[in-house]
This record gives sequence, structure tokens and C-alpha cells, in this order.
Amino acid sequence: MQNRNLVSISDLTKDEMLALLKRAQEFEKNPNQHILDGKVVGSLFFEPSTRTRLSFETAVNRLGGRVIGFSDASTSSQSKGETLKDTIMMVANYADLIVMRHPLEGAARYASEISKVPIVNAGDGSNQHPTQTMLDLYTIYQTQGTLENLTITMVGDLKYGRTVHSLLEAMHFFSPKFIFVACDELRMPAQYKEYCKKLGIEYEETREFNEEIINKTDILYMTRVQRERFSDLMEYERVKNIYTLTASMLKGCRKNLRVLHPLPRVTEIAQDVDDTPQAYYFEQALNGLYTREAILCRALGL
Amino acid sequence: MNNQTKKELAVAALQNGIVIDHIPCSSLFKVVNILGLENIEKGITIGNNLDSRSMGKKGLIKIADVELPKEIFNRIAVIAPNAVINIIKDYEVVDKHRVELPENLIDIVKCNNPKCISNNEPMRTQFHIIDKSANAFRCHYCERIVNRENVVLK
Repeated sequence: MQNRNLVSISDLTKDEMLALLKRAQEFEKNPNQHILDGKVVGSLFFEPSTRTRLSFETAVNRLGGRVIGFSDASTSSQSKGETLKDTIMMVANYADLIVMRHPLEGAARYASEISKVPIVNAGDGSNQHPTQTMLDLYTIYQTQGTLENLTITMVGDLKYGRTVHSLLEAMHFFSPKFIFVACDELRMPAQYKEYCKKLGIEYEETREFNEEIINKTDILYMTRVQRERFSDLMEYERVKNIYTLTASMLKGCRKNLRVLHPLPRVTEIAQDVDDTPQAYYFEQALNGLYTREAILCRALGL
Repeated sequence: MNNQTKKELAVAALQNGIVIDHIPCSSLFKVVNILGLENIEKGITIGNNLDSRSMGKKGLIKIADVELPKEIFNRIAVIAPNAVINIIKDYEVVDKHRVELPENLIDIVKCNNPKCISNNEPMRTQFHIIDKSANAFRCHYCERIVNRENVVLK
């Protein structure tokens, strides 16, 4: 049997991504299926992430499986100093599959090397969060009818935001064009611009967030600018307002444009955007359910 | 005695042992550390900033009457990829080869990322070479890239 872990988005080939999207479409039509009947899924959240955990656990429940696990490391033996290895070895005895979230980078990769059951990475520090990327891809596909030749504008924290980095990597199969909108402190790291150059992916980089940029965009991917990223709080207050999307900025946009956001949102999308036909972030979150159902089935070879 | 002979003498006057040649001057003392030379009681000569035709200046280490395991040369390759190992027997070079950098560096390099799992669990590290010139390595676990000049060996 092939490798059925999902640790990093780069573990997936283009065909595997497309197969997952197709499977997710089936779950969108009918989310309740008895595919995981009799299966036990370990849900190990070494750091709290309510949104991701509920999405995964809903996916398991809707497929008829059961969940064991913890939602916070303080309730696990980690707090007694147990190694990750020992926790994984123990849970792998009980569960058919492990979904894990961990504050340390590379934790899921390591777990996948020692576990006898498949590992699905639900986020490892600031490194990878492949199920988020798959739900982003699914949402782009769902709203645009294609993944090919789209202009994707990423706004906000492009330096630390792992979702934008993984999305960029995943989209490289589909001839995208990127526009990176960020302040100097939070620019897209050179590593990813090099990656685009190497693959011949067109991109532009700007500090300005305005209608001119928005009007040539298909997918507007907003991210949260976090206060703790700034050494200068004055700078944070300034940047926070510049990169806020309001409904009036969408007046001249393309009809197919959709606004995505990994959530939670704070101030970067004004409340009045919620009522525009372009707002799609809540549907995007729902898509997490369908894509995670598809990912769970893939992991178990079902 | 002409200059050429003198130079050769400085390098070759070893009856049995190992000469590690063509070490970049800036890496010489790191190589000294890797070899654990402070624990070797045989004759050791360390030279640095010596003239070199191919490198301009170079470092060099001669150790008498030792054999070293291959793993040590893998470690040297990480910081001195062009170093040359000469095995000397009876004043003759019986084997001469470059250090070889393995594709995967297992438990050789320490990850620079304090939030990497490999710095927080009792486990082996692993790095992959990401370009042909081997100037950068990617951590197998946290996927961070480390440039050669920032490499810390385990």
C-alpha cells in the first residue's frame, strides 16, 4: 500500500490532489456516509485549535467513525513529560488513524515515521497545515469552476502565514498568477519568490491594497495581521488599517471574484463585506468538512 | 633545497597516517573540533592560511598513525565539501579522495529552529541537500532551510 499519511502539502502529486477534490465533491452532495463504521480515530490536539478539531471530529462522526483523544496537551501525559514518541506509540495501539495538531514543527513528520497507523497533520507549529490548503483548493475550484490560470491576490501577513505559503506551493501545478500585498515587515519570504521564479510562475509584489489590484483578481486571499509580529505597535496600528477590505473596495471587481480567509478574522475584513456576493469565507470553512472527509478516507485506503 | 621541495615537505613528511587537505581557512578549526583532536595522543600538525594553487589559501591537518571512520569524513564534508583525504603509508600516498557529502545527512547537523521537533525529542536529525553545490540543507522535519555558513553540527 502506498504512503497514506498526509503530513505536508508537497507530499501530494497533482493527480492525488485532484482525486481528493473529486472525492470531496461527493461528500458535499452527501456528507453522511457509513464509510468509517467501526473505525476509531485518535484526535490528538497537543495545542488547542477548536475550529480545526471540530471540523475533523465532525468529519469522523458524519462518516460513522468514533473519536478518542484530547483537545489540550495539559490533559495528556505530555504534561508529565512523556515524549511525543511514547504518546503516538500508545495511541497507535488503540486507533486506526491519528489526526494530530502540535505546536512543534516537524512533529507530524516524526510521528508518521514511528506510527503504525496513518498520520494526518492538522497543523505543526508554523510549518504545515495541509488540510487547510486542501480546503482552500477545493473552495477555489468550487467558486471558479477551475484551478487553472487564476490570479490569486494574497493580502496581509505573507511572512509568517503558513496558509499562504502552502497554497502557493499547491497552486504551482495550475499556472497561477500571484499578487502579494503586504507591508515591508510581512513581505513574502525570498524563498517563496525564488520558488515562483524557478517554476516560471508570474507574480507581482506591492505595498498598496486598492481597487486597481482587486479589479484584476479572481481569488482575494485575506490573512490576519497579528499584533505579536510587530516590535513597533504604532506600526501595527497603521498596517492593520491599510490592509482592511471594505465592501466599497469591491464595487468594480470581477463577477467571479471571491474573498477567502482561513479564519479567525479580526479587522482585516470589514463586517459590511459579509453581505456582498464576493464573501465566501464561511462557505470556505464548511468546505473543510468535505475535504477532511475525503482526506480521512484516503488515509485509511477506503 | 628549492622552495617546491620545502613546500612538499611541509605536507608530506608523515610516515603513516592521514592528511586532510584543502580545508577552507574559515572552517579549519571547526574540522579540528569534529575530529576531536584534543583526545588524540598521536602527532598532529595543524596548518592554516597556507598557499594553495587551487584555493588561494587553505588549511591542512596531519595526524600520525590513525585511521578514522567514514562517518567522520561525512561530517567534515558538511563544512568543508572540497576537502581531500590522503591516506599515508610508509611516506607514500596510498589513497587520495575527496570527502563525500551523503544525500541525506542523518544525525550530523543540528536544526537551527528551536521549535523543531528534533530539538525537543530524543531523536536523530535528518537533513536533505537541496542544491547541487550543497550550500543549503533542508530539515526533514520542520522543513526549514539552513545555509552552510549557519550549520551547527550535532
